[in-house]
Amino acid sequence: MSDKVLLDYGSGGRASQRLISRLFLENFSNSELNRLNDAAELLVSGRIAVSTDSFTVDPIFFPGGNIGSLAVHGTVNDVAMMGAVPRYMTCGYIIEEGLPMADLEKIVVSMGEAARKAGVDIVTGDTKVVPKGAVDRIFINTTGIGEIVVDPAPSGESAKPGDAILISGTMGDHGLTILGTREGLEFEAGVQSDSAGLNHLLVKLVRELPEVHVLRDPTRGGLATTMNEIAGSSNVCCELEEGAIPVRPEVSGGCSFLGLDPLYLANEGKFLCILPEAHAEKALEIMRGDELGRDACRIGTVTDANPGKVVLITRLGGKRLLNMLEGEQLPRIC
Amino acid sequence: MKLLDRFRDPELCKALLGKLEKELEGELRFMEVCGTHTVAIFQSGLRSLLPEGIVHLSGPGCPVCVTHESEVNAFLDLAERDDVIVATFGDLMRVPGHGGRNLKAAQADGARVSVIYSPFDALKIARENPDSKVVFLGVGFETTAPTIAATMTMARNQGLSNFLVLPFHKTVPSALAALMDDTATRIDGFILPGHVSTVIGLDPYKYIATDYGRSAIITGFEPVDILQSLLDMVQWRNRGEAHVTNNYTRAVADKGNAKARQVLYDVFEPADALWRGIGLIPGSGLDIREEWADMDAKRVFGIEITEVPPLPGCKCGQVLKGILSPDQCPLFKKACTPANPVGPCMVSTEGSCAAYYKYKVD
Ligand code: SF4
Repeated sequence: MSDKVLLDYGSGGRASQRLISRLFLENFSNSELNRLNDAAELLVSGRIAVSTDSFTVDPIFFPGGNIGSLAVHGTVNDVAMMGAVPRYMTCGYIIEEGLPMADLEKIVVSMGEAARKAGVDIVTGDTKVVPKGAVDRIFINTTGIGEIVVDPAPSGESAKPGDAILISGTMGDHGLTILGTREGLEFEAGVQSDSAGLNHLLVKLVRELPEVHVLRDPTRGGLATTMNEIAGSSNVCCELEEGAIPVRPEVSGGCSFLGLDPLYLANEGKFLCILPEAHAEKALEIMRGDELGRDACRIGTVTDANPGKVVLITRLGGKRLLNMLEGEQLPRIC
Repeated sequence: MKLLDRFRDPELCKALLGKLEKELEGELRFMEVCGTHTVAIFQSGLRSLLPEGIVHLSGPGCPVCVTHESEVNAFLDLAERDDVIVATFGDLMRVPGHGGRNLKAAQADGARVSVIYSPFDALKIARENPDSKVVFLGVGFETTAPTIAATMTMARNQGLSNFLVLPFHKTVPSALAALMDDTATRIDGFILPGHVSTVIGLDPYKYIATDYGRSAIITGFEPVDILQSLLDMVQWRNRGEAHVTNNYTRAVADKGNAKARQVLYDVFEPADALWRGIGLIPGSGLDIREEWADMDAKRVFGIEITEVPPLPGCKCGQVLKGILSPDQCPLFKKACTPANPVGPCMVSTEGSCAAYYKYKVD
């Protein structure tokens, strides 16, 4: 194969065949995909969770991952937040002509690894190569399918006054890494994306504690936006303790330098869990028992004081709103 | 403990709040002049902790908010000219003019508007577009004016003939006199801006105590800074005294920054200025000196600032004077939101309406 992706590779002819068999089949290999039929035949039963997402991240390689592993984690996590065991994934690649073959290979390899680690089969896929300039290097779309294992499934509209609000770890790592890499800034060691597949931990959590009301991953828009969505759809007030929300010192340092708020930055390996107070301790124990939930802690309580709002109790003990962001958070370039 | 942590220390704040509560007799109506203070007071949660007798008013210290409707109209007209590229900081992009016009909409309609991070970036644009006139929108207080003066000096040294500035700068001290002269505003003391004061120092504010018998303190942006200043003002009043002091000595010298003032006054000279909601305040603006006329967009394009009526319904004027709090404006959170601002106080990140919208728990 050439060292750059050529338009030929998307032609459907021999070049495409070679790209698919040498790169994708080798790294995603599983019995269903290997049959190379027009569609995959799946064995799923009961209530199904389906989620789709498109990944257009810039930069495509960043400390802690790349667009390929991110595409798996993002989709697997979304499915698992429904109290589901993710089983299958589809993936569509849209590649800009001229992308170095080595980059594509790196992305595909790490995507295969991430899927194996998550225990998910990539059962069908598609590759398109488009002329230079039609996309920014590479876009990936993934769809995930999983079997829901609890009834009722956790949902954003199920938070109840009196529930405890837990978080699985530190906020802002992914968002700051992406913005920092994009601006060409070098941060202190330790700032890297938290991109990870949370499904094993989440499935364990809901199997042991089916009482969980809400599971959400605070991705784009960060903790603040996700909490506002939950407060809105459950029509409750989420009260958060500013001092209890874990943020790495390197991340809060980087944020204050750039004029950003870590509570609005994206995370790709963290989740929020809202459940009845009585089960909070047990949930924290389960979360902390897993490498990906080591820093889990309680950050607040659901109340009925200001329905639809997120209230932050500041370090001084004062109260203020933690509102949705208007537009995008832009770094201050000083 | 790092220096800044000391100024955020919850225990220290608690102690200061206790003292404030104990020593407060009656009401103390204080105004923080600067928008950065407004945001800091909300963000730290301080506003919800202050004793009830401490009445908190937000002042005219957000440069975007005090830009007069007539000035907004003038720069919107300028943006529509084919021979002009407008260079501006991002915060002016969504400031509404009459008929719902703003720079963002003008840009979408084809106007050439460049959002820059430093006035020096405008020089680069001027160099790359020799056939156009690049006009920097000079909005701001004494804080930004020296940098803009320095940019103009640099443009002259480089022989750039197509870089201009539209001077809408305002100066803080005289606006405070106008506020105290208005009988509808009842202000006992001012929390004075940190950034402006680094340039002008303490002297220009002294008249607040000598002529008006009120107190004013140059203050930093951390909760301990603000609480300490409030406590000082309460104690002075209890003793029947009024003072103007500097509590922000870690950043502000009493004498200010003479070098910056020199750069500023080499290029600019005091002039009358229109303030939104307040009107004309003699000597409260900065015009470009005759020697720099070739870089003065007002002269070059013959721009006359004629007073236009305020935006219908918007209570920005009363809000900026501390007569109304933003949530007392009938449009607040209804017709006027950050996504759909009626007045500039809802647009700017330092505007008091935006701060109330973003942070205030009902
Ligand atoms: S809420 Fe809107 S309309 Fe009312 S004063 Fe503030 S900016 Fe003006």
